[in-house]
Amino acid sequence: MNNKDLLNLIDITVSFEGFLALNKLNLNLKKGELRAVIGPNGAGKTTFLDVITGKVKPTKGEVIFKGKSLVGRKEHKIARLGVGRKFQSPRIFENLTVKENLEISVTIPKSPLNLINKSIKDEHLNEINRLMKIVNLAQKVDSKAGSLSHGQKQWLEIAMLVGQKPDLMLVDEPVAGLTDEETDLTADLLKSLSGENTVVVIDHDMEFIRRLDSNVSVLNQGTVLCEGTMETIQKDKKVIDVYLGRPED
Amino acid sequence: MSFSKIKFDKKIVLSFWIILIALIIAAPTLLPVFRLNLLGRYLSLSIVALGVDLIWGYTGLLSLGQGIFFALGGYCAAMYLQITSSSEFPNNIPEFFALYGVEKLPFFWEPFRSPIFTFFAIWVIPAMVAGLIGFLVFRNRIKGVYFSILTQASLLVFFNFFNGQQKLINGTNGLKTDVTQLFGQMVGSEYMQRIFFWITAILVIASWFFAKWVVKGRFGNILIGIRDDEPRVRFTGYNPVIFKTIIFSIAGGLAGISGALYTVQSGIVSPQFMTVPFSIEMVIWVAVGGRGTLLGAILGAVFINYAKSLVSEALPASWMFIQGGLFILVVTALPEGVLGWLQGDGPRNLLQRFGMKRKIETYPSLEINNKEGDNE
Repeated sequence: MNNKDLLNLIDITVSFEGFLALNKLNLNLKKGELRAVIGPNGAGKTTFLDVITGKVKPTKGEVIFKGKSLVGRKEHKIARLGVGRKFQSPRIFENLTVKENLEISVTIPKSPLNLINKSIKDEHLNEINRLMKIVNLAQKVDSKAGSLSHGQKQWLEIAMLVGQKPDLMLVDEPVAGLTDEETDLTADLLKSLSGENTVVVIDHDMEFIRRLDSNVSVLNQGTVLCEGTMETIQKDKKVIDVYLGRPED
Repeated sequence: MSFSKIKFDKKIVLSFWIILIALIIAAPTLLPVFRLNLLGRYLSLSIVALGVDLIWGYTGLLSLGQGIFFALGGYCAAMYLQITSSSEFPNNIPEFFALYGVEKLPFFWEPFRSPIFTFFAIWVIPAMVAGLIGFLVFRNRIKGVYFSILTQASLLVFFNFFNGQQKLINGTNGLKTDVTQLFGQMVGSEYMQRIFFWITAILVIASWFFAKWVVKGRFGNILIGIRDDEPRVRFTGYNPVIFKTIIFSIAGGLAGISGALYTVQSGIVSPQFMTVPFSIEMVIWVAVGGRGTLLGAILGAVFINYAKSLVSEALPASWMFIQGGLFILVVTALPEGVLGWLQGDGPRNLLQRFGMKRKIETYPSLEINNKEGDNE
C-alpha cells in the first residue's frame, strides 16, 4: 500500500453460495490513473465494481478508498465519498429530460430539504451547460432521455457520471453498441478525464482498450492474472491462453 | 404536441378558476342537500387519492393500506366531536362507554378535548404512523409486490385492532359524528354540511397545489427516478429511504385529512374504513384517472364514486361488476388512465384509427444531428 494510492483492494473474496466470483483479488489504483480492466465473461469484472460501490459485500478482504474502508458502507454513502459508476447498459432516467437527468447528478447536497426548498444553484446550471456541450446533447436539453439514441444515452450517462464529480469513476462497457467514430470519441473523452480524475474502464473491445493507451489489468476467475501495458499483456503467455487465445481478425 | 404541452392563455386559466370558484360557492344552492353531501364526500376522497398518486404514480410504491391513515384521521376528528358533545352523558364521557361499563375516559382521549390538538392530530398522527411504517419497510429494502402485501397486512392488523376495542373506541360500531356539536352547531345539520362542503373544496384545491409543489422540480424528479430505477438513484448519492419515507408520510397526512372530512360528512367513522376493498378502490380511482397526473387522481375519485352512487341507485348490487370491468378496461386499454391517455398520443391515435390522417411531423433532430441519425 502506498500513500498516493486512491484505492486499494486487498485480498477481496466474494463467494456466492460457494461459487467464488472474486478470489483474493488485489488491485491498487494511483490518483489520476486511467486503468483498463479486461477479462473473459465470468471473470468477475462486474462483481469487482459491485464490491467497490457497495452493492456486494465482500466475504473477505478490505476496500480502502482515500484511506477509508468502504466495506459495509451503504451505496449512497460511498457515492458521496466520491465513487461514481456508469453501468453496463445505459441507465438513465428515461422519463426525465436530459437536463433533469444532469440536475440529479450535479446537485449537492443531495438531501430532500435542499431539493424541495431551493432552486438549482447557478454554478450547477453552468456545469450542466458545460457537460451538455461536451457530450453533444445541447440541442436535446428538454427532450426526454428515453427518446435519445443508444449512443446518446451512453454519453448522457457518462456526462452524469462526470457531473457527479467523483474522485473515482468506474465505467462499465462504455462503448457497447457504439459506432467506431463514437468509440473513438469516448476513448478520447475518458483519456481527457484521467489525470484530474481516476478512471477505471471495463470493456471487451480490444481496439478501444488499445486506444485508451493505459495500464491494463486482466481478470480471470476472480483474480488479477496480469497487469501492465497493452504490449506486455499481449505477450503474456497466461493471458494469451485464457483470453487473447485466437488471433484477432 | 400533446395536450399537456399546450400553454393555456392566462385569461383562459383565470376564467376557469373564476368559474370553478363560482360553482363551489353556488353548489349548495344548485344541488339538493343529499347530492351536495355526496359531492362533498367524494371530494374529500379525492385528497386521499392525491396521496396515492404521489406514492404510486410518482414514486412507484403501490400501497394497499391507505385506509389505515384515512381511518386514523377520521377517528381523530370523531373523538374530538364525541368528547366535546358528551356533557349530558353519565360521567361526562361519550355515551357508548356506558354500554360497556366504562366510567373513566381512556387516557388517549384526553388530548382530544383540545380543538387545536385535534386540528394537528388529524394529519400529523397519520403522517407519523405512515412515516414509521414506511421507514421500517423501506430501510429493509422491501419493494414491489412485497411492499403491497405488507401494507395490506398492516391494514388488516389495524382493522382487527379497532374492530375489537369496544371499551376504547366502540369497536365495530364506530364513532358517530352527525349528532355531535361543533362550535354550538349540530354537525349533521344542513348548515354545517354546507360549511364542510366548502372547507372540503378549499382543501382539495390546496392539497392539489401542495402535491404539485412537491413533485415539481428536482424533488419530484428524484421520486420518478426512484420509481424507474432505484439503484441508480442510490449510486448517484441519494438515499432513497429518506425520500420514500417522506413521500409516504405526506400521503399518510393527506389520507388523514381526507378521512376526517369524509367522517364529518358521512356522520360516522368505523373500522369499515379499514376494509381491504376500500383501500384497493383508492388505487383504482388513481389508475382510472391517470397515474402521475395528480388531476387524474382527483377526477378519478370524484367521478368513479359519483358513478357508483348513481349506478347503485339504478341497479343495486351491480356496481362491483362495473368497477371491476372498468379496472380491467383501464389496465388493458388505457394503462396510463384517462387523463394520461388524453395527455399522451391517445386522441391522435384514435383519430388515425378512424381514418383521419395524422399530421406529418418534421423531425428537426434529423436535420440537426445527421450523425446520430445514421447510427440507428
